[in-house]
Amino acid sequence: MSEIQLQIDGKPVKATEDMTVLQAARQAGISIPTLCHHEKLEPYGGCRMCMVEVETRGRKNYVVSCLYPVAKDLVVRTRSEKVDKIRRVILEELLAHAPNSPELVSLAQEYGADRDRFEKESSFCILCGLCVRYCAEVKQKNAVGFLERGPRREIKFFPEIAAKECWDCQECFALCPTSYAQAAYFLTEALAFPGRRKASAQSA
Amino acid sequence: MMPRLNSAAQLEELRAGILAGRDPAKPCIAVCAGAGCHGLESGAVVSAFEAEVGKLGLGDKLEVRATGCHGFCEKGPNVVVSPGEICYFEVKPEDVPDIVARTLKGEVLERLVYAHPVTGERAVHMGEVPFYKHQTRLLIGDNPKIDPTRIGDYIALGGYAALSKALFQMSPEQVLDEVKRANLRGRGGGGFPAGLKWETAKNAPGEDKYVIVNAHEGEPGAFMDRALFTGNPHKVIEGLIIGAYAIGAQRGFIYTRHDSPQLVEHIETALAQAEEHGLLGENILGTGFDFRVEVHFDVGIFVSGESSALMRSIEGNPPEPRPKYIRTSVAGIWDKPSNLNNVETWANVPQIISRGAEWYAGIGTERSKGTKLISLSGNVVNSGVVEVPMGTPLRTILYDIGGGVPGGKAPKAVHFGGPMGGSIPEHLIDTPLDFDGMAELGAPIGAGGMLVMDEATDMVDVARYLLEFLTNESCGKCVPCREGMRQMLKILTNITKGKGKTSDIGKLEDLSDVTGLACLCALGKTASDPLRGTLRYFKNEYEAKIATGNEAAGSEAR
Repeated sequence: MSEIQLQIDGKPVKATEDMTVLQAARQAGISIPTLCHHEKLEPYGGCRMCMVEVETRGRKNYVVSCLYPVAKDLVVRTRSEKVDKIRRVILEELLAHAPNSPELVSLAQEYGADRDRFEKESSFCILCGLCVRYCAEVKQKNAVGFLERGPRREIKFFPEIAAKECWDCQECFALCPTSYAQAAYFLTEALAFPGRRKASAQSA
Repeated sequence: MMPRLNSAAQLEELRAGILAGRDPAKPCIAVCAGAGCHGLESGAVVSAFEAEVGKLGLGDKLEVRATGCHGFCEKGPNVVVSPGEICYFEVKPEDVPDIVARTLKGEVLERLVYAHPVTGERAVHMGEVPFYKHQTRLLIGDNPKIDPTRIGDYIALGGYAALSKALFQMSPEQVLDEVKRANLRGRGGGGFPAGLKWETAKNAPGEDKYVIVNAHEGEPGAFMDRALFTGNPHKVIEGLIIGAYAIGAQRGFIYTRHDSPQLVEHIETALAQAEEHGLLGENILGTGFDFRVEVHFDVGIFVSGESSALMRSIEGNPPEPRPKYIRTSVAGIWDKPSNLNNVETWANVPQIISRGAEWYAGIGTERSKGTKLISLSGNVVNSGVVEVPMGTPLRTILYDIGGGVPGGKAPKAVHFGGPMGGSIPEHLIDTPLDFDGMAELGAPIGAGGMLVMDEATDMVDVARYLLEFLTNESCGKCVPCREGMRQMLKILTNITKGKGKTSDIGKLEDLSDVTGLACLCALGKTASDPLRGTLRYFKNEYEAKIATGNEAAGSEAR
């Protein structure tokens, strides 16, 4: 894979052709915030926090760096007035759901996001899909998935699968930026297969 | 069973045979069975004609044909009698014996012809009816002449001659060049040059390539693609086959709605008949060119008409858009080069090949060529499917064709492009129909839905209504679409309920800016366009609503 050079925040950065802008930036020690990105998972492009400004042939574009491929002589700006505004408003939108998520709170400080700007709807889940995608791509169990669409979208553990698979896994809990995955799982357990925990505690 | 056609000459022989078997003087009664007229029970009118013809034993003196949409939906059920294209409107089954009797005598049934609602002036022939007179019906004009379930009707009108010309007289490169020089721009919404898209797919590496018809048309207020495809399916299919030849595709897909049974039936019948005639499938017209087409259905969600979501859906995956940093014409269905155009775009292809790029480029404006189908609806006297040359002033469509606003009211705005479009205020009504000019005004043509709104229209409520539709249709994958729309809808709903706050406008502006910049797909990116458009031209209505809301709240508090 041949090596190319691009420019990120004024610095020349080397990258291989198969890299994304996010990978190239992180390799060069330049940080770009992400919420739905995970190295073990396919890039998703859902949270839009990693948006950067790219300039090709004199045209400015706003793209998600987790998916945008590097190109020779590409000019990338990871901060600008517009990029910061995008991140600030996205954070404000997500804080309406999970006002106390440590990850969101610390990013909100950096970008000046007001967590009370929009009407609260404390679903706690920000639908980053880390749990859903981790379970599908890494564990290949699909015990948790998305249900419904648009603003009605939510994550759900499917009792039939969760009862069998989640007991000794629960690896998705640590990925969740709001602890909602954990809550959703235990709610499913309590409703769909209660007693499992007690029984196994007694037998232990 | 029809023997397969194995050469251009055999196609011409077939055509000559069909024409020789027809008596041009024999009256033909075409009853519109398009979606609008169908809803007005044109089916009963067709049955009544068939019964009358059967009863009087007129089978060899009179032909009755159930056709696709004629266009003038407002006045349905529509009946057109040829020769002479005598138009009868709002025809009921009980009118049928009179129409048959007059037609046999070569007379006109005066009581059913068009009468101008104000002047009372009568118009007998299609070319005299104001709704039709100001149109240029290159695409939809054949609808009254065609029974969509009979390939012979299409062939009689010169159908598949363009395909034959492309295959026998032109190289794929020449076909591509013709489409490029015609400057055919995509009719699905973006107005992207079709030739450039074709070229990208053609030049993309790989043997397997696909061509796709986007016949999803999920947008409320858009019904022209359905009218065209249901009424004249072979025109679209012929365009698709020509495109496949130019691009080098062996497989095609028609992506359409699961809930349009008549459209689906006509497409499937047309595909089967084309294949039976050797115009589709293996060894088309004996040239060795193979091309197959499959029909795929949506899953009842608006965003599945978005190109990358549509391709995911054809693959068998949920229709969630993918970021298009690599174009679908390079990596689309199963990551193979996939060229997607909408129904109307494909339907333009045969005439470009038959009549040439110069002829086509002679119609329209400098950068928007050809005609455009418009679904005209809302506060307008004559609603229906309209076809006009690009560059036609909106005033012509609204007044000359549409007959103006009912009830003597003034228009406030015309809205284009459906829920992701924008409104043009009345004072800009002389704007010509043009991809670029209208986009600059914040009201891109989109797919071609034109909604007229009268002076009594509440523009804040319009923005709220359109946003509500899109909010429900968002796939929910990306934050600025899902969350941005959720918040915008909440704020707009509050304003319309008189609970708006002065800070709301700033919030709406921030939310719509970010939605416009940061969303993953075109649905999200343009979802806030109606909001932005109404803020641009009708901000006073927002401010007034917020102010009245505040006053009311203030007086309640006292």
